Amino acid sequence: MAELIVISTLNGVLFGMLLFLLSSGLTVIFSMMGVLNFAHASFYMLGAFFGFQLTRWIGFWPALVIAPLLVGVVGMGVERYGLRNTHKHGHVAELLLTFGLAFAIEEIVSMIWGKSPVDYRVPAALDFPAFTIFSTNYPAYKIFMLVVSVVIFIALLVTLKRTRVGLIVQAALTHPSMVGHLGHNVGRVFMLVFGVGSALAGLAGVIAGPSLVTQSDMAALLGPILFVVIVFGGLGSLPGAFIASLLIGLIQTFAVALNGSLASVFGPLDPSLGASPLTDIWNVTIAQIAPILPYLLLVLVLIFRPMGLLGTRES
Amino acid sequence: MTNAVTPAPAMAKAESGSALSFYGIWLLAAAALVVLPLVFSSGGSLTSFSLIGISIIFALSYNILLGQTGLLSFGHAVQYGLGGFLAVHAMNAVASHNWPIPLPVIPLMGGIGGMAFALLVGWVMTKRAGTVFAMISLGIGELVASSSLILRSVFGGESGITTDRTSLMPLFGWTFGPQIQVYYLIAFWVMISAIAMYALTRTPLGRICNAVRDNPERVEFIGYDPHVVRYLAYMFAGFFAGIAGGLTAINFEIANSAYLGATQSGLVLFSAFIGGTAYFFGPILGAILVTYLQLGLTSVTSVWQLYFGIIFIGIVMFAPGGIAGILMKHRPLIRAGTLSAVIPSYLVAAIPTLAFALGIILTIETVARFSGGDPINLLGIPFVAAAPTTWAAAAVLVVGGFLVARITWRRIAEAWDRAATVARDRGYLA
Repeated sequence: MAELIVISTLNGVLFGMLLFLLSSGLTVIFSMMGVLNFAHASFYMLGAFFGFQLTRWIGFWPALVIAPLLVGVVGMGVERYGLRNTHKHGHVAELLLTFGLAFAIEEIVSMIWGKSPVDYRVPAALDFPAFTIFSTNYPAYKIFMLVVSVVIFIALLVTLKRTRVGLIVQAALTHPSMVGHLGHNVGRVFMLVFGVGSALAGLAGVIAGPSLVTQSDMAALLGPILFVVIVFGGLGSLPGAFIASLLIGLIQTFAVALNGSLASVFGPLDPSLGASPLTDIWNVTIAQIAPILPYLLLVLVLIFRPMGLLGTRES
Repeated sequence: MTNAVTPAPAMAKAESGSALSFYGIWLLAAAALVVLPLVFSSGGSLTSFSLIGISIIFALSYNILLGQTGLLSFGHAVQYGLGGFLAVHAMNAVASHNWPIPLPVIPLMGGIGGMAFALLVGWVMTKRAGTVFAMISLGIGELVASSSLILRSVFGGESGITTDRTSLMPLFGWTFGPQIQVYYLIAFWVMISAIAMYALTRTPLGRICNAVRDNPERVEFIGYDPHVVRYLAYMFAGFFAGIAGGLTAINFEIANSAYLGATQSGLVLFSAFIGGTAYFFGPILGAILVTYLQLGLTSVTSVWQLYFGIIFIGIVMFAPGGIAGILMKHRPLIRAGTLSAVIPSYLVAAIPTLAFALGIILTIETVARFSGGDPINLLGIPFVAAAPTTWAAAAVLVVGGFLVARITWRRIAEAWDRAATVARDRGYLA
């Protein structure tokens, strides 16, 4: 039991930090531009596939730097030539544009790399067990992922709170037109923030790719969970996104690790009852309902606290 | 937007004047539905017509949300799929108990299923509009789609639940075994649903839905609760989506969890938006086009979904009014008689634009078939994906086509401005 708790906590924090790499960009872009970027998870997927391809060509370490930059450039292109032109048609059009992009990116990725998982391996330098607890080897690569996400998290925090750029970004979050009046090029700030957000998503993809499965449906699997994270944390709230990421990371990881069901606690149902929704619910294990837990959480939050955990605004 | 405010007397006059043409359109549509299978009687076209009919109902029901009430839903297939499942269960129950209920009533059960689910979750979902609603609908969609795999006794797991439509009581000698009879059943429901949904847009509820879409705050000032209005719209949309789902279940004699999924929700959004959400007939055009392309492209190319994505992105960026919006833009010009001033520029632009489009298609197919090696057949010309000549041809078409097309697009804009100015002078354009 102690083993399960320690390992699941480590994995949960790791997954949570990965989620935060994505949700931080998403929530900053949302509060700044009012655009919910549907393609954000697609940038994560692009990062993983660019990382895979570049690892083949030039090795993992250069790929770790170049792939996120490439994704960032793609993101900036999307902002500059897509969203900026669509802005005049309103937020729904912008949202639909990113929806169409997510759709197209998934198709392009599966067109180039196929629909089955690609062989994106952990680099040899990190392919060893970091430590052993309770007879379980914990891979060094996961520790590396954790370190990268924590470093990025701290860098982001310092940039936002301690630098001039961060100050402008923070101001543009709440008062974009005022920032414009003060002489800053809000358009360029938007483009940079969009690029940095995409690059962070790309980085998450590069480091998550070898550990999780690099496949053309990875964006579609992760995307909805990201939206749950930012709604749960409160739209536009970075601390909220942080807490929600960790919480959902932990909940998901623990749920997958637990194998209990109502049947295992209270004993099996009388077989004479036959097949019914009750027997389905009775026999389902917690691991099986892990994929729907985030959405249940979303519904609960919307009923009891519609603005999210740390959100301040209703819409 | 569609229903621009017209002063009441003017509207009444216009309506009495055009009553004939108004009912004429509906009668024409009904006649077309009856005659179509007589003209194209092959089995393949009957199947296509049936699918198109279903997607027309589905897309129209989606437009109650997006076009009429301004609610962007990413989970509309939930109601559709649940309607389908309820219809299948209803058919199996009717058949096993030998109840005297004929098949044409079954889609109504689907509608009730869709509406019941909307009734259940709608109140929480429609609390807020805009982006938040979009995300909640996505979340609910994922929730239901994943749950359907857990509740195996109801949803049949991955294989779904099958039924036999001919096991129900025959109606006037019709067993609904042959596809032609199913087609007429679908056509009947298309007509009924389309008329009902059009009538809905004309009711005070339909009008207040438009008001909620455009300015919810003012709706509150005149004493309506936008939340209640959105909730009602959501229920009506769920009802008609459920009818579409029930018809699908009858058509395929199966309901499975794919009906509920994100792909289905995405396709209906594409249909409605590509067709144009601002006009009632927009989603009909979109549903016909998208279903037709879907059926036609799957046999030609393996990446047909990418083409949808590109068409959709193009519409969002350059013609957010959809096909219907583009068509209706020409109406004042036709009335003013200045359309002829624009047409030459269209014809000139058509050639480089077509070249540009062909270039994109060639590029996509080259990438898609690079490893496969089977030749690309474009307008009867065979291309080999691995040959550098193909890459050069694609590059020339894309770059050259785009550069030339951009010039002709500017000429369209100029010609359009001139024609519109004349139309405005003649009083046909506000």
